Amino acid sequence: MFVVLRDLLRYNGEFLAGILLTGIVVVMALLSFFSPYPPMDQFVAPMDVPPSAAHWFGTTSRGQDLFWLLTYSIRNTLAFGLLVAILSRILSLSIGLLAGYRGGWVDRVLMSINDTFIVIPLFPILVLFYFVMRDNMSWVMLAVLTASLGWSYDARLIRSVALSLRHREFTQTAVFSGMRTHEILSKEHLPFVLPIVFSTSLNNMNWSIGLEVTLAVLGFTDINRPSVGGMIYWANQHSAVVAGIWWWIAFPVGLVVMLFIGLYLLAVSMNEYIDPRSRLERGGGRKE
Amino acid sequence: MRVYARYAAGRFLQFLLVVFIGINLAYVITHATPIDPVEHTVSVATAFGQTAPDAIESMRQSLRELYGLTGSPIEQYVNFWRRVIVADFGPSLSAFPTPVSSLIGRATPWTVGLLGVATLITWVIGNSLGGLAGYYRRSRTLKAFGILAMALHPMPYYIAAIVLLIVFGFVWPILPISGGSQMNVPRGWSADYMLSVARHSVLPMLSLILVGLGGWFVGMRSLVSNIVTEDYVTYAELAGVNKTRILTTYVMRNAIVPQVTGLAISLGHIFSGALITERVFGYPGIGSLLVDGVHAGDYSLVLGVTTISILGVSIAVLVIDLIYPLLDPRVTVG
Repeated sequence: MFVVLRDLLRYNGEFLAGILLTGIVVVMALLSFFSPYPPMDQFVAPMDVPPSAAHWFGTTSRGQDLFWLLTYSIRNTLAFGLLVAILSRILSLSIGLLAGYRGGWVDRVLMSINDTFIVIPLFPILVLFYFVMRDNMSWVMLAVLTASLGWSYDARLIRSVALSLRHREFTQTAVFSGMRTHEILSKEHLPFVLPIVFSTSLNNMNWSIGLEVTLAVLGFTDINRPSVGGMIYWANQHSAVVAGIWWWIAFPVGLVVMLFIGLYLLAVSMNEYIDPRSRLERGGGRKE
Repeated sequence: MRVYARYAAGRFLQFLLVVFIGINLAYVITHATPIDPVEHTVSVATAFGQTAPDAIESMRQSLRELYGLTGSPIEQYVNFWRRVIVADFGPSLSAFPTPVSSLIGRATPWTVGLLGVATLITWVIGNSLGGLAGYYRRSRTLKAFGILAMALHPMPYYIAAIVLLIVFGFVWPILPISGGSQMNVPRGWSADYMLSVARHSVLPMLSLILVGLGGWFVGMRSLVSNIVTEDYVTYAELAGVNKTRILTTYVMRNAIVPQVTGLAISLGHIFSGALITERVFGYPGIGSLLVDGVHAGDYSLVLGVTTISILGVSIAVLVIDLIYPLLDPRVTVG
């Protein structure tokens, strides 16, 4: 573990940049625990103050300090991404491993369902869900729905790895020694797919956070819970761009772009590390 | 031919499954939630002024019939499918009494025109440049382009759109920022109208292309750089086949196959993409219709748009799936 980290930091500039960007965002989220203002309080600071020493990121037209509000928002947004990633990992792991290991009709049925979820348009369904639930919708419910729609790409990837594990000798040994299917999957096959799970969950977080930001910007989430998209929504409601209160939009957008690029770079560099071909290249095995 | 027929039958079954699961999702979401759309509509309609109790009751009754919420759950379910199949979602509440299907029919050409064309352009440019970058790996220009595309790729679409809007709408106002065409130009097949539609589509299309390009570029580049190291390519190079020919018929033809699948999926996501693009640029397509429907509390409109998107996506994917084997050089049909 430690060696892997050291290698990544030493040889991979993308990883370093990704760690730095994501790190800044996480620190920002952790700062929310020290906030002097409760997140939903309004008119606790002077309105529309540009960034200054007293209010680092300025204040909003609703009298909130942008810096501290942003710490809460980014915490909630990160929590949403993490929850979706964890839930959809459970789904994609169990379905991908099972389909790859069992093969035959189990594989065919599961992959047909999988392909269905790849093509079904998510946005209209999420909007329909918001439309029906209205104010009763909580972020946990949105996360559960997003996760149940967003596992399919990674399940296919995991299945393709599991397919190759199925004919390996240790699988046969495990079968003959009387291990049951779920034991083989969790004890024998899971460790092999974990690296992919790691890098795909970063991409999945990016995807789900993008989804949540977009929904929130349109006003289709619980807009009274601070989130990055929600902040942009309120800024639009107060016509912040037209009124010249640029900081209200610029700081949330900047922070979330940092998060996007950070997670993306981490995923890319990890993929490269996992991929044996590029590992060879790094070791000098295959020079162009 | 028999092989192809079997393949086509399989794809068709998959298509039916997509439609089945999609429509059922829409049904479950609308019927299994604790919130009653009828009560919601009634409360919106009676929010102002006074309404007699028996009028409310009869309104409730007719809304139930309108939404197909009468009868046993099984009857409701069957009824739901019947309405999907004949594409009859009843009248829209916010644009009463225009039927939802004609509202959708009016909006669809805008969405398909804008997003379909943008998706195709992005795909062609991204793949050609990606293919070139994978083949000529020492080219400085292509490397620089790669870095640029990678930086733009993870950018959330909304932000790219807003930036373009501010730059070309306010800072350097040369392009129209909202609407599908100019109001004072009569609709029809005239040159003026066409030009106006084209001008209005520039910004939204540019934003879609900028954000979408990176994914295709990176994917194609890595596909091509893998194929280039294959023995048959080296052999062709040694045999003195000219470079352009190697690139197009030896390398690109093979690399393009998985990208076609990707194109099917991204054509499928047109309806999702429409939501934000059309919202930001005020474009009169399906996405705007959906957002307006949600804000107006128009149940039949929202449900109609959702089901039509599911149908449209699955048909697009089916069509591409059926063409797919004809493109793959390793598959012979017939």
